[in-house]
Amino acid sequence: MTKMKTSIGRRTFLKTSALAGGGFMLSFSWLAGCKPAPDMVELPKEWFELNGYLKIGDNGLVTIMSPNPEIGQNVKTSMPMLVAEELDVDWKNVIVEQAPLNTSVFTRQLAGGSQSISQGWKSLRMAGATARNMLREAAAKTWGVPVDEITTEASMLYHKASGKSASYGEMASAAAKVEVPKEVELKNNSDFKIIGTSRNNVDGKKIVTGQPLFGLDYKQQGMLIAMIAHPPAFGMRLKSVDDSQARAMPGIKDVFTIKTYPEDYAQQWCDVDSFPELVVVVGNTTWEVMNARKALKLEWEQFQDHEISSSTFWGTTVKIKVPGGLENSAQHNQVMATASKSAKVVRKDGNPEAVFKKAAKVVERSYSAPFLAHNTMEPMNFFANVTSDKAELVGPIQTPEFMEKSIAARLGLPLEKIDIQMTRQGGGFGRRLYGHFLVEAAVISQKINAPVKLIYTREDDMSFGVYRPAYHARYKAALDENNKLIGFHVNAGGIPESPLFANRFPAGAVENYLAESWTAPSNISVGAFRAPASNFIAGAEQSFLDEVAEAAGKDPIQFRLELLDRALNNPVGERNDYEAKRLMGVLELVRSKSNWGQDMPNIHRGVSAYFCHDSYVAHVIDLAMENGKPRVEKVHCAVDCGIVVNPIAATNLVEGGSVDGIGHAMYSGLTFTNGTPDQTNFNKYRLIRHKEAPKAIEVHFVESTVDPTGLGEPPFPPVIGALANALYKATGKRHYSQPYLGETITLG
Amino acid sequence: MATFTLTVNGKKQAVDVDPNTPVLWVLRDHLNLVGTKFGCGMAQCGACTIHVDGVATRSCMLPVSSVGDQKVTTIEGLSEKGDHPVQKAWLEHDVPQCGYCQAGQIMNAAALLSETPNPTDEQIETAMNGNICRCGTYVRIKAAIKTASKNLNA
Ligand code: FES
Ligand code: FES
Repeated sequence: MTKMKTSIGRRTFLKTSALAGGGFMLSFSWLAGCKPAPDMVELPKEWFELNGYLKIGDNGLVTIMSPNPEIGQNVKTSMPMLVAEELDVDWKNVIVEQAPLNTSVFTRQLAGGSQSISQGWKSLRMAGATARNMLREAAAKTWGVPVDEITTEASMLYHKASGKSASYGEMASAAAKVEVPKEVELKNNSDFKIIGTSRNNVDGKKIVTGQPLFGLDYKQQGMLIAMIAHPPAFGMRLKSVDDSQARAMPGIKDVFTIKTYPEDYAQQWCDVDSFPELVVVVGNTTWEVMNARKALKLEWEQFQDHEISSSTFWGTTVKIKVPGGLENSAQHNQVMATASKSAKVVRKDGNPEAVFKKAAKVVERSYSAPFLAHNTMEPMNFFANVTSDKAELVGPIQTPEFMEKSIAARLGLPLEKIDIQMTRQGGGFGRRLYGHFLVEAAVISQKINAPVKLIYTREDDMSFGVYRPAYHARYKAALDENNKLIGFHVNAGGIPESPLFANRFPAGAVENYLAESWTAPSNISVGAFRAPASNFIAGAEQSFLDEVAEAAGKDPIQFRLELLDRALNNPVGERNDYEAKRLMGVLELVRSKSNWGQDMPNIHRGVSAYFCHDSYVAHVIDLAMENGKPRVEKVHCAVDCGIVVNPIAATNLVEGGSVDGIGHAMYSGLTFTNGTPDQTNFNKYRLIRHKEAPKAIEVHFVESTVDPTGLGEPPFPPVIGALANALYKATGKRHYSQPYLGETITLG
Repeated sequence: MATFTLTVNGKKQAVDVDPNTPVLWVLRDHLNLVGTKFGCGMAQCGACTIHVDGVATRSCMLPVSSVGDQKVTTIEGLSEKGDHPVQKAWLEHDVPQCGYCQAGQIMNAAALLSETPNPTDEQIETAMNGNICRCGTYVRIKAAIKTASKNLNA
């Protein structure tokens, strides 16, 4: 049992959202989250709030707030499960509500870095345990018995000796008057009843019946629709606007230009101003606004080199050079080749130069991957209603805490006058960390003095930037005459960010090791994309290790395990960021579950393993060849993410990450001609589709008592290596440059 | 602008809009039926799939003027209580991740099963190929379609 100090106040949930109940039209209650379907249960006559995370109704119904943005990673189900566990409540009596942004109650209301569950692991359980203790206190007082003798189970309180019992509903009113305990005890893992059991998505019914849930679905009385026009190319800015025709079109209220940020504004890491000035069209309906926007006559001009200052995620200030000019993908390769020559040494162990000179064999290979657009299925959008003294914002955002600051700075309002409510979000993948669209919506609403919903089309979304950077990595391995890996050299970089993690495997496993990093500037804006940087470097490194294992004449799993054995028992260097034992664990698990080494007719296999976001994932991919084309028959995944909170959803997430990884490696890429993206919709930008998806995916979790770690991102990076290695087995051809489809192979 | 009388989910409703307005935006902006989603606007992703006289149709490129008396069914009208076998199978398999593409996937799957009650894997893949899921729920979608098919034929 873990004892912990509580950090929950008496009435912490002061900032009740103004949107409660009234947000959606169509008699849809904004707060009436989910499960059980609110129309099927009787609502209590009175709610008793025990802390900011939960309230209990007089009829025993419990509402649990889900603090973090829901982008498809299923936190709206799994985070309340943590509260419910310690509250000891019957899950079928739980209603889940999405909490609004409220930094005085909730910590880290952010969806990013696969951190929601690991960061909420203690605080959410504490919230449940605190309320449970208050219920027990109330029962003890009411019955005149010692509190230690009160037990709970499934929303009931019991005093065994006297045979007394009461439901949580009956005791809720008394519990609300009890002092908040200073310290609470959390359950032992072995006593979990909800954590570790599969609970279906709390929004499932609403999703399959098409109820309003997403940002784009949000409406308010008198709401107008807005769209923006941004420059057609990176490196350009607005020169002139002729809106005479657009203004005269039906349903159009106004056309104007806005600056997203003030002149002297110090950007946050999640602000984006690749296009500082935008043209805005506001009207009654989406179709009218779309048509009027087409009638705008806009002129653009190139901008010059300049510098912006921006704060990083960690709060330090950096100067970023933004070069002028219109960039082309054809030149990017040259730019990367040049930049890689002036790489900085990030880590060096032993004497790599010397071993490469005396090596019996040297393997050297280069890998590359293009820019990627996030392409959440729900394009960027946000609702804003800004009046003279407050701003109300509703929609899909991964970083409400940060965007609140940007909006406050832009509107000149204090933070407490900014209300941000999060809808369910049609995908995130990192794109909605960058909330320029909230600021835009707020500025537009302020300007027209009306509630407005800003909508991006797919083309707006795909051409606005914040892409996954383009990457390149060169690897060199030295083997001695006994085929032992004695030297390893990685030189990795990107436009404009480097993908290198110098202290991850195989660092620590090789005596002579050199890691170098470089970047090349660009005016194409980039940002975090599902498993940032790992999403490229894992595939490159794991493809390379496959070739090194082959050159050494070793089984690829055995080869990795031998290296990890070194990292475990006799690590090289001071700092290695992974646990060798857990990486070995997933490799061993996938080896046994996939029957690795067993020959099967027309099955060609590749393996890969990677550590990121504190979790460990290994994949084996089975490819079959049909009419000269490879087909993914099966993906075997072994995952170590500590305790698995909700197995059915965790499995779904691992399946999805694997499909997503295969899809992007195989098909996706964004290229540029004179600063303009060549792909702006799904006719040219390829995402994996049903036919190309794996025929089966098996997910195996390592049994663990370690506190939960990330899951949204870790399954994505390694699957790319397994795919490349299986393709090699199937076709005899190695793949070095993504998307592999560009090398004329299709899955089907 | 012109007035069109549409039959949506069994109900006749009049809207006064530009004849070229795609049915998607008529549903979302004028009839408050927001279950049908916008993903691409060019018939590439399937998020906006509805049934027009029972046939799966991309509503984002379907001008309202072309509908006439054909019956439009949206996700909200697929079943009265949300218990269409496809919807039930979706819940059983806990298919959705973000959920945004799923209305379109469900509408397409329901149309497939009404035409081909016992689809093969290949028929499922071909019929569903126009529906993108960025979250990658394809394997579950296929499993759910098979469950729905079994329950439909039971
Ligand atoms: S929105 Fe109609 S197919 Fe994509
Ligand atoms: S569930 Fe997110 S796009 Fe399909």
